Amino acid sequence: MGRKLLLEKAHVPGIRNYDVYRREGGYAAVEKALKTMTPDEVTEQVKKSGLRGRGGAGFPTGMKWSFLAKPEGVPRYLVCNADESEPGTFKDRYLMEHIPHLLIEGLIVSSYALGSNRTFIYIRGEYAWIVDILEQAIAEAKQNGWLGKNILGTGFNCEIYVQRGAGAYICGEETALIESLEGKRGNPRIKPPFPAVKGLWDCPTVVNNVETLAAVVPIINLGGDEYAKIGVGKSTGTKLISACGNINKPGVYEIDMTISVEEFIYSDEYCGGIANGKRLKACIPGGSSVPILPANLLLKTAKGETRMMNYESLSDGGFQTGSMMGSGGFIVLDEDQCVVRHTLTLARFYRHESCGQCSPCREGTGWMEKILHNIEYGKGKMSDIDLLWDIQRKIEGNTICPLGDAAAWPVAAAIRHFRDEFEWHVLNRQECLTRNYGLANYATPLPITA
Amino acid sequence: MAEEKKLFKVTIDNITIEVEPGTTILNAARMIGGDVAPPAMCYYSKLKGSGGKCRTCLVEVAQGSAADPRPMPKLVASCRTTVMDGMVVKNITSERVLDARAGVVEFLLINHPLDCPICDQAGECHLQDLSYEHGKAGTRYEFKRRTFEKHDLGPYIQLHMTRCILCYRCVFVADQLTEKRVHGVLDRGDHAQIATYIEKALDNDFIGNVIDVCPVGALTDRTFRFKNRVWFLKPVDAHRDCPKCAGKVTLWYRGDEVFRVTARKDYWGEVHDWICNECRFEKKKTSDWVIEGPTNVSRHSVISANHYVKKEQPKELLPEIIGRNPKLLMDIHDVSEVNKPTIHLSALPGPAHSDDFNNNGVSSK
Amino acid sequence: MQFSEEKLAKVKEIIARYPEGKQKSALLPVLHLAQEEFGGWLSTEAMDYVASLLQLEPIEVYEVATFYSMYNLKPVGKYTFEVCQTGPCMLRGSDDIIEYIKQVLNINVGETTPDGMFTLKTVECLGACGYAPMMQMGKHYREHLTKQKVDEIIAECRRNAAAGN
Repeated sequence: MGRKLLLEKAHVPGIRNYDVYRREGGYAAVEKALKTMTPDEVTEQVKKSGLRGRGGAGFPTGMKWSFLAKPEGVPRYLVCNADESEPGTFKDRYLMEHIPHLLIEGLIVSSYALGSNRTFIYIRGEYAWIVDILEQAIAEAKQNGWLGKNILGTGFNCEIYVQRGAGAYICGEETALIESLEGKRGNPRIKPPFPAVKGLWDCPTVVNNVETLAAVVPIINLGGDEYAKIGVGKSTGTKLISACGNINKPGVYEIDMTISVEEFIYSDEYCGGIANGKRLKACIPGGSSVPILPANLLLKTAKGETRMMNYESLSDGGFQTGSMMGSGGFIVLDEDQCVVRHTLTLARFYRHESCGQCSPCREGTGWMEKILHNIEYGKGKMSDIDLLWDIQRKIEGNTICPLGDAAAWPVAAAIRHFRDEFEWHVLNRQECLTRNYGLANYATPLPITA
Repeated sequence: MAEEKKLFKVTIDNITIEVEPGTTILNAARMIGGDVAPPAMCYYSKLKGSGGKCRTCLVEVAQGSAADPRPMPKLVASCRTTVMDGMVVKNITSERVLDARAGVVEFLLINHPLDCPICDQAGECHLQDLSYEHGKAGTRYEFKRRTFEKHDLGPYIQLHMTRCILCYRCVFVADQLTEKRVHGVLDRGDHAQIATYIEKALDNDFIGNVIDVCPVGALTDRTFRFKNRVWFLKPVDAHRDCPKCAGKVTLWYRGDEVFRVTARKDYWGEVHDWICNECRFEKKKTSDWVIEGPTNVSRHSVISANHYVKKEQPKELLPEIIGRNPKLLMDIHDVSEVNKPTIHLSALPGPAHSDDFNNNGVSSK
Repeated sequence: MQFSEEKLAKVKEIIARYPEGKQKSALLPVLHLAQEEFGGWLSTEAMDYVASLLQLEPIEVYEVATFYSMYNLKPVGKYTFEVCQTGPCMLRGSDDIIEYIKQVLNINVGETTPDGMFTLKTVECLGACGYAPMMQMGKHYREHLTKQKVDEIIAECRRNAAAGN
């Protein structure tokens, strides 16, 4: 059983309510931080913890905080990124639904560290009911003196507000999120300047993911050094993984990053194996934009080592033979699933979610979707596969924001590892219409159970 | 005496120049000029906040600065990246840049109607120049192109959204030159469009400038539409005492008739001074204006291919960039009597004839 | 066109969250309120009203309203089924669910039933991949969909509509 820091209490009956949360030891981190630590000491602990951003990029949180500009007389803002929209990812939702006070507590401590007196939670518009849950938690926290003016007599003032988005994946990108919070279209900004210097209303701003900010609570409670002992290497602490696709037990699991991918998929504690007794074909381990890996490369690295569920091991081999931890959206495909069709849905997703601001993404995402559509529906040509490769190559790295990369990588990885499945579609135009799956031979050498 | 500012040294395509801190790579490259200057479809130096979107001006930063010589991992938009002291930039000397740029051109063209033969912008269209200079022949796009309805935005301006490349310049013009913006970018992704949502006229005094900043034929002058091809017109600088604007314009003549009035544009196709609608749309008689003389025509304009005396000569930088003279595969004069350097076609009365090139270059006419 | 007193108070409360002069930040939340209040969609009048409330130019509101997928710019049925069709839901059979709903309601994606009761839309990932296939109906998600469950939901909607809710 791995250690749990975030979801340990998530299933205590009534934990959504303040009284239960407090009885279970909640808000101890706020007390500790505000009463015994300076803001810089809090940041120092976060640095020591080795916590890396849980939204997908994995950037060290303490370092991000230390970049925040602190000019005199200019307000600073902390914004919580709850615009969870990466396909395969639903961990933040789970955390906010089950244990909202953990996020609020993390936000208060983080706001104190960063000097944010007005903190926003930007939540995706579709999570409408979670807004109510969060607003209730905020009201309870305020009633009990954890928010408002002069918190715990320390002179620190803080309010937290929940802002609902309205349906746009791109607003998960931090500068698009800020634009949206300012009441504008979610067009990412051209950087520099970075939000740490010029963010919300042109003031210094830190944008952090829900899980990242929640993790600040155990970091303060345990101390950064203790937290850093959990996990391995630069993958410290615990990580929420949202597992979905063709597995027996889809859901959100908190792992310490020392377990293997194989254990995660097949053990009953986690995914419980592939559904319907099928075999594992492929997996996207970190949300739809990271490279898909065929089963053999998923379970073992190219060097033949066991692949582990942590930042370093998942990215071992680069994009040639590895993938990324990303947001922790773990999408599993069984032997009957068609990689072309799956890639098509992702290409459609990115086309739909492109803001349209810069040319490679606006035009390239739609083009890739159209070609994939042709291939999937028996109208593809062999040259289309190379064309797809060339298009994704020309999008990647050439756009304003990472959505371009996010759109390019799934297509690239699908072709890289499953090229013969694309070719099969081109060669078997009739059969690929009647059979909604690809080549079962990928699954042949793979075990049914670990 | 003000303290002397420290200048930053930046090397672009092997040519070094000193610029003021805060200068963008693109503007530093424009100071060098010629092929070193990356193309820019959305950046407009006179519009605050413009740039960064079209991605045609991407360059490679091979060395970040003298202090931190690490290269930048990704290509950067030169219009929005400021130079650092000791920065080394590769534009046309970078294969990566040329490849990426060809990609951007292709992206901009896949949904473009390519209706140049009937487009008023033809001949002075930046997308034409861009695709000619940086694109590849042929298309790999086999799908139906995106189309939009045409809209008249009031009596003066027509919006042909199908041709738009979403540079946002016209939105910046409305934001920065007029007190009330009524058009903007609607929808998102590949359906994003410039529009007013409900049919509305753009009727601000300075809104006509959207026509001048539009790099393509998306916003055209309704008083000039289909009247003439720009290369048949003769541009002449003129001014008038205008209560609203500087009144400095270019008149476009055919014969004695003024076909259209535009702002004066610089070498990079940007206007010098914004002009008002009255100057642009209402003053089409020579008697309205004080004539200054022929306009300096930009290197891009097809007009410069005509018999036009005041064209700006392109800057020849290739020897400096590659460090030697380009190799000539063949000098045409070694093998042919045609195009003798001593004979100027434009000086010939009437069409050229083989006789013109015999007699050792002495015209027989 | 005018918000109720209660909604106007809510608008005021929202604007107070932001610093002085930054009321444009209230645009997304207020558009949500307008959509709730004015029949589930945003007419031009509704958007113009929001613009006047927040002292914005109407175009600023149109730009935003057309950017975000949750704002309806055309009338929709009393109940809107927004079925997710992205990868993880597709793996769990969302295509079949969409086909089934089309068949049962006899409409295509993007259409509303002639009685104005149901609108069917397909949407991209809603963050319920572990509960797939799923759809959003109003404020809530309906998850782990099966054909039987779809039948039940449709019957439930009809019952509620008949009861006047």
